[in-house]
Amino acid sequence: MRYQLIGLNHKSAPLEVRERLAIPESRLPDTCRELTSYPGIEEGMVISTCNRVEIVTHTSNGHADLRGFLHDHFDLDANSLDPHLYEFREKDAVRHLFRVASSLDSMVVGEAQILGQVKEAYATARAVGAVRGQLDQLFSRAFAVAKRVRSETAVGSSSVSIASVAVELAKKIFGSLQGKNVFIVGAGKMSELAARHLMAHGCASIFVANRTYERAIGLAQKFDGQAIKFDDLYNTCDRADIVITSTGAPHAIFRREHGEQFLARRKNRPMFFIDIAVPRDVSPEMGKLDGIFTYDIDDLQQAVTSHVADRRKEAERAEAIIASEVEKFEARQSTLDVVPTIVSLQDHLETIRQAEIDRVRGRMGQLTPEQEIAIEALTRGIINKVMHTPITTLKSAAKESEATTVVDVVKRLFNLQVRPKDVSLESSVKKEEAGKKSEVGTRQ
Amino acid sequence: MSLLWLRFALGCYLVGLIYAFVALTRTSDLFSRIAFHAASMGMVFHFVSLTELFLSGQIVWASVHNGESLLAFLSMIFFMVIYMIYKTTSPGVVVFPVVFFLTFVAALDEQPVLLTQFVSHKGWLIAHIMLIFTGYAALLVSFGASILYLLQERRLKAKKPTSLIGFLPALEIIDQIGYRSLLLGFPFMTLGLITGSVVAITAPTIGRVDFLDPKILLSVLMWAVYMVMVFTRWNSGWRGRRAAFLATFAFVAALAAWAANYFSTIHRFGTS
Repeated sequence: MRYQLIGLNHKSAPLEVRERLAIPESRLPDTCRELTSYPGIEEGMVISTCNRVEIVTHTSNGHADLRGFLHDHFDLDANSLDPHLYEFREKDAVRHLFRVASSLDSMVVGEAQILGQVKEAYATARAVGAVRGQLDQLFSRAFAVAKRVRSETAVGSSSVSIASVAVELAKKIFGSLQGKNVFIVGAGKMSELAARHLMAHGCASIFVANRTYERAIGLAQKFDGQAIKFDDLYNTCDRADIVITSTGAPHAIFRREHGEQFLARRKNRPMFFIDIAVPRDVSPEMGKLDGIFTYDIDDLQQAVTSHVADRRKEAERAEAIIASEVEKFEARQSTLDVVPTIVSLQDHLETIRQAEIDRVRGRMGQLTPEQEIAIEALTRGIINKVMHTPITTLKSAAKESEATTVVDVVKRLFNLQVRPKDVSLESSVKKEEAGKKSEVGTRQ
Repeated sequence: MSLLWLRFALGCYLVGLIYAFVALTRTSDLFSRIAFHAASMGMVFHFVSLTELFLSGQIVWASVHNGESLLAFLSMIFFMVIYMIYKTTSPGVVVFPVVFFLTFVAALDEQPVLLTQFVSHKGWLIAHIMLIFTGYAALLVSFGASILYLLQERRLKAKKPTSLIGFLPALEIIDQIGYRSLLLGFPFMTLGLITGSVVAITAPTIGRVDFLDPKILLSVLMWAVYMVMVFTRWNSGWRGRRAAFLATFAFVAALAAWAANYFSTIHRFGTS
């Protein structure tokens, strides 16, 4: 298990540093190739999001100079970069990756995006051949762990973005959002995002009003909606059940009298105002009207914060899952570490056995089928008996810290040439089994 | 025997009552399921009790206690219908306590007294009782819904995010429940009053009808408030505080009309 990981995230580095290290998607394949050609690195991949840059590698000796790679690649001097970096090896690297994939290391704990980003990074690196057996195992496990965390804890269940809180609130008011109309006042990124969320939950149609009419048209087209002249705002607004407002107006554009108008025209059916403008677009007086529900940016943020606190509690349970998964992964990995030694030990003895049988044949001439069977059974029996204890010892040593020592001793005693481990879990296990059964003649 | 079944039913409704109090402070899926099943079982016992009464051959529903028992049962039917449509037990918060109270009083003792003077109008009398009680039950549910509406509205306005995850259904769903039961109850109530009047006017034993009798005045008042409620809702979509105010008023009027049984000269159970 010679995993090594280096990186920085929103906690370790300020935005200025993170943006200097961010790698655009188009350059990821090249970076991966560059990474794997760096001395000591066998496999490697890069996760680059707005909150983190992580370099995950499998190295030949467990001590590759990942810092050096970063300095070279980004052409940055050590002083400006190093204080923000964290570096993990082996078990710690595994744990860190599991936490990242499960969204426990995210700025908003439990957000679902990160898993998708990690999967994409993995696919990119895999496509250029930078990820093979070792990282393959690590990442497929990481994805499984993330899935387990998501299904066994509520860490991702409550809404922790402004947009999703807005949807949740709308549902508390209207029940189903099916057939509800949305009005965007002031075309901005955030209102667009909120509108997108609402539409995804079944809202029927969208109106857009903006001071610059062209921008309203632009945004309306995106949603197949209808652009409204800003002057017509008050005449049309009552057609919407949900109003997302984010104009740059210096004072409230929705006042109590407007609210009264809307309600009268709507026969008092409730309206939900999502006011993400600062200064606010909806006057507090209007929010007091029966049937008008106003949530400003602070209210939404407050809801987000309290959900985040809930998530934190769930995150503790998730950490426990991860701890046990790391143990499991490590145990399996170390078993895998001794597998090549066992296979080559078996190969070695099989070669000797075949050679000896051939010698006997040469001396005794043609053997009868009965004799062949007897010799085969005799030699195989001896080898199996002799091998039993060493193999058991190797396997049990794999779970202990002495694994490397035992493996070294066995290698030296039998003068084994262990082939490099380019094998994935399945192939190595298959080989182990194949070795156990018979490879008669194939290696002569 | 019918009383025994009613007491079984009461035991089941007690679970519902406890649920009603607990649900106000915390949400528990398990408990709401338990309460729901207990209430269903209570209804079965209740039904058996009412059937036995009916089979006893007399219009014994016309006793106060049996009337209350019937009203409780009809309210439970409303609750169940709402559950089937909206999959929510939250109206139970209001319905369960009332049902429990009504059943409790009804289960106290036997009251085999009759509105003896109306025996000649047996059919009309049954129709009157069934219609008016259905109207009452609808009014009760509507009243419950308007209270839930206020609660939910307050939660949303208070912007306390933690309390947003509550047992209450969405505001518009509560509103629908209230409005639909209001609409449904109105014709029942109206027809109930009409049949009642027919019985009162045509019954030979009663003589001249005194229109200033408290029962009649209060019934008319209740009906008027009911109509105002339906009208304001239909015409200008009144809901929330104003609707709750009206619903409370109608509910109190209904209670008063019921209480009038004790001092009315024409509409009187028992001793007269």
